[in-house]
Amino acid sequence: MLRPVSIEAQPQAWLTGALFGITAVVFILTSAALIAALVRQNPRPPTPATGSAQDDRGRIRAVVTAVGATAVVLAVVVAASLAAGPHRERAGPPDALAVEITGHLWWWEITYLAPPGGTAVTTANELHLPAGRPVDVYLRSADVIHSFWAPSLGGKTDLVPARPGHFRMTPTEPGEFSGFCAEFCGLEHARMRLTVLVDAPDTFERWLADEARTARAPTAPMEEEGRGVFLASPCVGCHTIRGTPASGHLGPDLTHLAERRTLAAGAVPNSVGHLAGWLVAPQDVKPGTLMPPAGLPDHELQALVSYLAGLR
Amino acid sequence: MLERTWGPGPGWLGRLTDVDHKRVAIRYVLTAVAFGVLAGLLSLVMRLQLAVPDNRLLGPGTYNALFTIHGTAMMFLFAVPVMQGLGLYLVPLMIGTRNLAFPRLNVFGYYVFLAGGLFLFGGFFLHASPRAGWFSYVPLASLQFSPGKGVDIWAQTITFTELAALVAAVEIVVTTLKQRAPGMRLGRMPVLVWAMLVMSVMVILAMPAIMVASTLLAMDRLVETHFFIPERGGDVVLWQHLFWFFGHPEVYIIFVPALGFVSQILVAFSRRPLVGYPAIVGSLVTTGGLGFALWAHHMFAAGMSHGQSVFFMVASMAIALPTGIQIFCWIATLWGTRPALRTPLLFVVGFFLTFVLGGLTGVVLASVPVDLQLHDTFFVVAHLHYVLIGGAVFPLLGALWYWLPKMSGRLMPEPAGRASVALLVAGFHLTFFPMHQLGLEGMPRRVFTYGRDTGWAGLNLVATGGAFVILAGLLVYVAGLAWGLRRGRLAGPDPWGADTLEWATASPPPSYNHAPLPAVTSRHPLWAPAATTVTGIRSEVREILVTTAGHAAPSHRQVLDGPAVAPLLLSAAVTATLVGVVFTPWAIVWGSPLCFAALTLWFWP
Repeated sequence: MLRPVSIEAQPQAWLTGALFGITAVVFILTSAALIAALVRQNPRPPTPATGSAQDDRGRIRAVVTAVGATAVVLAVVVAASLAAGPHRERAGPPDALAVEITGHLWWWEITYLAPPGGTAVTTANELHLPAGRPVDVYLRSADVIHSFWAPSLGGKTDLVPARPGHFRMTPTEPGEFSGFCAEFCGLEHARMRLTVLVDAPDTFERWLADEARTARAPTAPMEEEGRGVFLASPCVGCHTIRGTPASGHLGPDLTHLAERRTLAAGAVPNSVGHLAGWLVAPQDVKPGTLMPPAGLPDHELQALVSYLAGLR
Repeated sequence: MLERTWGPGPGWLGRLTDVDHKRVAIRYVLTAVAFGVLAGLLSLVMRLQLAVPDNRLLGPGTYNALFTIHGTAMMFLFAVPVMQGLGLYLVPLMIGTRNLAFPRLNVFGYYVFLAGGLFLFGGFFLHASPRAGWFSYVPLASLQFSPGKGVDIWAQTITFTELAALVAAVEIVVTTLKQRAPGMRLGRMPVLVWAMLVMSVMVILAMPAIMVASTLLAMDRLVETHFFIPERGGDVVLWQHLFWFFGHPEVYIIFVPALGFVSQILVAFSRRPLVGYPAIVGSLVTTGGLGFALWAHHMFAAGMSHGQSVFFMVASMAIALPTGIQIFCWIATLWGTRPALRTPLLFVVGFFLTFVLGGLTGVVLASVPVDLQLHDTFFVVAHLHYVLIGGAVFPLLGALWYWLPKMSGRLMPEPAGRASVALLVAGFHLTFFPMHQLGLEGMPRRVFTYGRDTGWAGLNLVATGGAFVILAGLLVYVAGLAWGLRRGRLAGPDPWGADTLEWATASPPPSYNHAPLPAVTSRHPLWAPAATTVTGIRSEVREILVTTAGHAAPSHRQVLDGPAVAPLLLSAAVTATLVGVVFTPWAIVWGSPLCFAALTLWFWP
């Protein structure tokens, strides 16, 4: 079992452990009773049955006792489950961080909703969170049903089209945790992954401030050329790079692409080689992805890669 | 004389139109097993794909098609039909009548079932496979996200098989309630007949929900309605409610007959009456009722109110009680009887050791906070296979071993039976036990591959190995049957010394089942001191005795239908219509008159 790292996941993990204990005990007792029943020699061996009613009172009493015990165990399990959740929605604490997560075929769009006087920040496939602060997560789907699940941080919640969802979690310790889409969502369901990075509060605030900046301007001539390639290509129809005219919304925001650990929602690590491979033949990396191949001459491709790889 | 009256017509047409419930039922069982074997082979390919991380054996599209067909075929084309098929075979024999209430309808039902199964597998082999899962959640299953004919074929397969299931259910309900041997009042019915009755009533209540749902989905896809399209006012969660309102009772539809098998086998081998017959029957009925009150426990993660989730959690836990009652009654029945550990009983032991664990993980999953963590992970894959294979397939294999001597007249070889039990139980736990742990470690369901970084490789490899042990167990089982059917010792009417009426007649039973129709004075007629029979039923026509529903008092005589061509024609017309609709809505226009014509012929005076 995974170690719980949020306030919400702790009672859940405790309850899971307790239920497994009960399961093991009941299973062992029942199996032992069955084996005893099969091997035990009856002091009065039954005559080949005649169909007449035998005196079953002792056996019935044993059955009633066992059923009563079962009912008690079930009542305890219900009570424990109610204690661990589900809880009614309560009003959020005032300092909660608000994040909107939108499921797409097959990637996650993550938007830090604007605090009063601030701006919203959009990224993809990487959820950065501060430790020790409640997070209100608002869920939307752009297409089919997905389900947000970061096992170490607690249970899953579906992203249902036309039905906005919400849950709250409070990560307790820094670390890097895996996340998945848990509801079957079609071809690339298996490779719709998410990384959750929990940081100390000040580290997180620094990251968020960095992330809010517009894209870094090209410094090398190669990067400069790459930006030209990007802006002249169909890329801009789907992708946004803040600080440039590119403002498409069908694919992930690329403003700080180079900061992210993976490409294509966890399909491959984010390195220059994988980035080039992804641009040239996305269908080989992640068959079914909606990303078309770049179809650029070698030189332009190299320029584009160096531009994108520089988007820190 | 009886043979001439009740036997089939001559030639191949005689075979096709034969209304003998036993022959139709054997076809049902064989067809269902064939579909089940195909679906099982697909799961082996899936296990090969998951054996190692980042495997490139299958692409995601093929894998998704495989698990969709595997689930759909196992549920709709194997599990329900095989249980119903055995019910159609055994119920008339066990209640002492000559045939089912509507012999021609039964023939129609079988051909519709066959056509539905061939349609689904035909689509699969012609690369028009559904890929949206056996549950076909919308909007993934809508035309926008699942183009092509796959989901349409899936939806029509549902219509085919549910139509057939409804036919079989009506047969069993009416036959059970109106054709029992005089004296077999409800309190003397064998537990298996009770189980088949409960299962059939559940089919009648549950199947319409999925037929409506799959038809609405087909209409969304074919004639642009928008029941399930959110942008146009449809509701995707409605689909889940309709699907699981059928889908959860479906599990009990499969499981309740298996409980009946267990009770019959236990009585025969412990050679004593069941402890707590009324409690066991009451539990079956309660399971059937409660089974309709917990469908939304499949949807905790989809978002529901606090009150709803508490209700469905409590209902899901409560259903453990009737099952527990039966388990305890069975143990109390066996206690100290020193039963002979023959293959059917060994399968029952395998059932216990597997199903009890599956039931307990069901209680774990019913707890909402735990379910939100484990839902849609491999833990659920483990749970459902413990319940369905442990709870239904093991009793089924035991039941076949137990009743095949009746069906074939020959005993199956014990050594092969024992070896297959050992291999199957060991292989099963090797395959599915590690999946609990995979689910706890965060492995979601329905993934065609997983990364090396996840650490799930070892347990997956073990599971794949186990799957091949299961295959070996099944091969030994089948080899045993093949040997037994040709060379097995002759069984005689009652090789197990069992108590119920099917063992009173020859093995295999003649076309008319029982020569003089039996009358019954106890719950265990074959253990009663003297057999009693019914007289005054004509043998030159297909006449049976109709009795009252509660007390089975003789009511009147009735002549049943014999073979006819019309059921064949109607099933052909229905098949043409349902298949045609997938390609053009005009199929309704030309298909309806065809069906109407066949019905007219059927009911021509």
